[in-house]
Amino acid sequence: MSIQVKDIHKQFGSFVALDKVSLEFPTGELVALLGPSGCGKTTLLRIIAGLESADSGQVLLDGEDASGTHVRERQVGFVFQHYALFRHMTVFDNVAFGMRMKPRSQRPSDKQIRTKVHDLLKLVQLDWLADRFPAQLSGGQRQRIALARALAVEPRVMLLDEPFGALDAKVRKELRRWLRNLHDELHITSIFVTHDQEEALEVADREVQMDHGKVEQIGTPEEVYRHPATPFVYSFLGSVNLFHGRIEGETVQVGEDVLSHMPHDFDHGAEVVAFARPHELDIVIDGEAGNGVAARISRILAFGVTARVELDGLNGATGQHFEVEITRARVLELGLAQGQAVRLMPSRLKLFEREVVGGVLQ
Amino acid sequence: MAGASAFHLGGDHAHRFESRAATRETPLVKWLILGLSLTFFVIFLLMPLIAVFVEAFRKGWETYITALVEPDALSAIRLTLLAAVISVPLNLVFGVCAAWAIAKFEFRGKQFLITLIDLPFSVSPVIAGLVFVLLFGAQGWFGSWLSDKDIRIIFAVPGIVLATVFVTFPFIARELIPLMQAQGREEEEAAVVLGARGLQTFWYVTLPNIKWGLMYGVILCNARAMGEFGAVSVVSGHIRGQTNTLPLHVEILYNEYQFAAAFAAASVLAVLALVTLVIKTWVENRAAQSHKDANRDDAS
Amino acid sequence: MAAAKTFRVLPGFNITLGFTLAYLSLIVLIPLSAVFLKTTELGLDQFWNVVSAPRVVATYKLSFGLSLLAAAINTVFGLMLAWALVRYSFPGKRLVDALVDLPFALPTAVAGIALTALYAKNGWIGQYLDPLGIQVAFKPLGILVALVFIGLPFVVRTVQPILEDLDTELEEAATSLGARRWQIFRHVILPILLPALLTGFALAFARAVGEYGSVIFIAGNIPMVSEITPLMIITKLEQYDYAGATAIATVMLMLSFTLLLVINGLQAWTSKRTGRDR
Repeated sequence: MSIQVKDIHKQFGSFVALDKVSLEFPTGELVALLGPSGCGKTTLLRIIAGLESADSGQVLLDGEDASGTHVRERQVGFVFQHYALFRHMTVFDNVAFGMRMKPRSQRPSDKQIRTKVHDLLKLVQLDWLADRFPAQLSGGQRQRIALARALAVEPRVMLLDEPFGALDAKVRKELRRWLRNLHDELHITSIFVTHDQEEALEVADREVQMDHGKVEQIGTPEEVYRHPATPFVYSFLGSVNLFHGRIEGETVQVGEDVLSHMPHDFDHGAEVVAFARPHELDIVIDGEAGNGVAARISRILAFGVTARVELDGLNGATGQHFEVEITRARVLELGLAQGQAVRLMPSRLKLFEREVVGGVLQ
Repeated sequence: MAGASAFHLGGDHAHRFESRAATRETPLVKWLILGLSLTFFVIFLLMPLIAVFVEAFRKGWETYITALVEPDALSAIRLTLLAAVISVPLNLVFGVCAAWAIAKFEFRGKQFLITLIDLPFSVSPVIAGLVFVLLFGAQGWFGSWLSDKDIRIIFAVPGIVLATVFVTFPFIARELIPLMQAQGREEEEAAVVLGARGLQTFWYVTLPNIKWGLMYGVILCNARAMGEFGAVSVVSGHIRGQTNTLPLHVEILYNEYQFAAAFAAASVLAVLALVTLVIKTWVENRAAQSHKDANRDDAS
Repeated sequence: MAAAKTFRVLPGFNITLGFTLAYLSLIVLIPLSAVFLKTTELGLDQFWNVVSAPRVVATYKLSFGLSLLAAAINTVFGLMLAWALVRYSFPGKRLVDALVDLPFALPTAVAGIALTALYAKNGWIGQYLDPLGIQVAFKPLGILVALVFIGLPFVVRTVQPILEDLDTELEEAATSLGARRWQIFRHVILPILLPALLTGFALAFARAVGEYGSVIFIAGNIPMVSEITPLMIITKLEQYDYAGATAIATVMLMLSFTLLLVINGLQAWTSKRTGRDR
């Protein structure tokens, strides 16, 4: 089933949680709502589910306006961040809950319920835990039970709120892969909320990047990562080094230093912010003045194959900190040492016009 | 019966439930619940309270004042205060000691000790009076020994104090034990490491942490001490001007059909109850506030 | 109560525990044991004769029956009141919340005469009930009213914190699974509240069985009809029948101890069922 969201607006007091958001989620896709906390992603998910009502705007499920439909009738599966398993019920009873709550005329027989619950428990690979109570399960197991419980009522849509948020790193990785496989098997239109780019990248077909109640960018995770549409998206998706500068012909002037740059379509004299990922910077030890940004090495962390070099800006970038990722071999080759003055040369640079936000140049 | 009186940090939760589609009742159900529960509240709580004051002033101000300043009433007030002034500090010291031992140390039989401390709550006040009659009454264990020495406990002030101490025994301990258990012993250990001695640790570290719970316990203890009827009634002997507390004075006047005077004395106790509730609410708000502040510090 | 042999960093263990035990023994344990020792003065036959005398048995029936009924009424209305206080906003809510504790703070004698005044034939409430043929004051029904009054805060105050801690997500999950409001209450909320409700019920019952002050004014105190067990003890005492009074007290104490154990068990169950994890 497809989901469409039209001009959704939601305010809590004076705080705008969602600012006229319009989105489309095509049938069968697994979409990530990505953004920092407070960006409105969970509110949007809850509005789609019917757990929250929008101040204005519409939610269309399969083209039909669902705004007047109660959560109970929307046939959406919702998985909560902390699972919301019923503590006083066994795993079996938790999964059977939705079927048992149906009106008598539509309720499956006990036998059908039993078969269905066991099928679902097999699907989430936890058949052997049917008689346990939620308190006896690990976080990852609870998560999967919560999913099985939501699937039991055959929802048309699955909505997951930070599904891996409460798990430790190792379990999180496992479950991501598992969720992706499950989706490939079931193909239910699904939306999940996350603040973790890696998670979106690994699991989602598409991602919707949000900030301050607005949609910043939509695309496949790779598109968004490779071609961030805004400075916010760029800096949200990973570590960044940024340089404040002005366009001077083909180059970017950063204080007294110059960053050479590939083709761009900014006017001469435009104020810009230049972004580079840590792996997109190189260190030059005897560069000439005016080429690359001068910095002093403050720390070198070289444990594995890659080394992280932390630097403090000099000259035009005084007071700024930079992070560079190069191979350990390269560190040794260059003979880098703490306190050494070097120059940073970007291999790739992403330019954005400096915009005025709330009266402050960003 | 402390389970119910142990104070909690409330705060208004209604918004959380009223703002969500899944946690709201239909208006009909909501008004039904509100209507029924508030009717119950008005009939069983509010009306008795108002009745006390209306009855007290039925014969006018003058009768009211006269009833309160007559010598027997004044002596009843004095005795009531005396019983409270003795029993509250005693139970306060006990409460602090018991809570310190139970919350800060591990020992066998701890849970059993907590149960024993609760005991007076579940004993009928009449039995609380009876036990002291059995011990110190004319036919009691120490009865003849006491009468030889010409010491009167039963039908005298010491008996009233003893009975009051018994019924108010658990109040303060019951508030402090869970509170101090929840706080653990890290802060005290830190103080000891920094060189503080026992009483210093208690005074500068523990006390500030438990002051609201302590106050709460003291208020409830005091209310019960001043209002106790059953236990005191058994040991008092109802000697006017000598062994009558204010609640007993109310009973005597009432049984003599001096209703206005009885309700006048009762209104003093009702005011006391209201003051208790006001202070209690204030303490709860302050405690919730400082709890919130402390959490904010943790977060930053 | 022997101290485990552990190294103690904090001072004052011996003195505080010592004082606690001494004070507990002096004020509570020794006096209470007097009741049991006094009872042994009676032979078993005599004891049985006292505690099974028809007039005494009538008081048990009255005290226990009405206490159970009052606790049940308080469970139903206490839950409703707690629900309203936690889930709804309405004008005067803070006042209602504060006044719920009135029965804890108001001396029982005051409650007794106030209720009697309300329910007497010419009282505010009694005047409307009398024409209907319902008499409350000086009848067993009056005792019930007094027992409801003094037991009212127990259920409200045990259930209220549990209701406040209730995660909205549980109800949202149940709703998204298609459950109706009543089903959610019945299958999700009630099982979570159950231990607290039972605790409140037991506390209210225990308090009601032993209650004296608020009841005697409104009860009428007619033997075989409206005489409660605690009053029976006082009556025996006034006749200088100490052994008889003590025998009845023993029966009541046994019940109290049983209730205390039940309540402790229930409270452990409450914290188990509502605790985040075990």
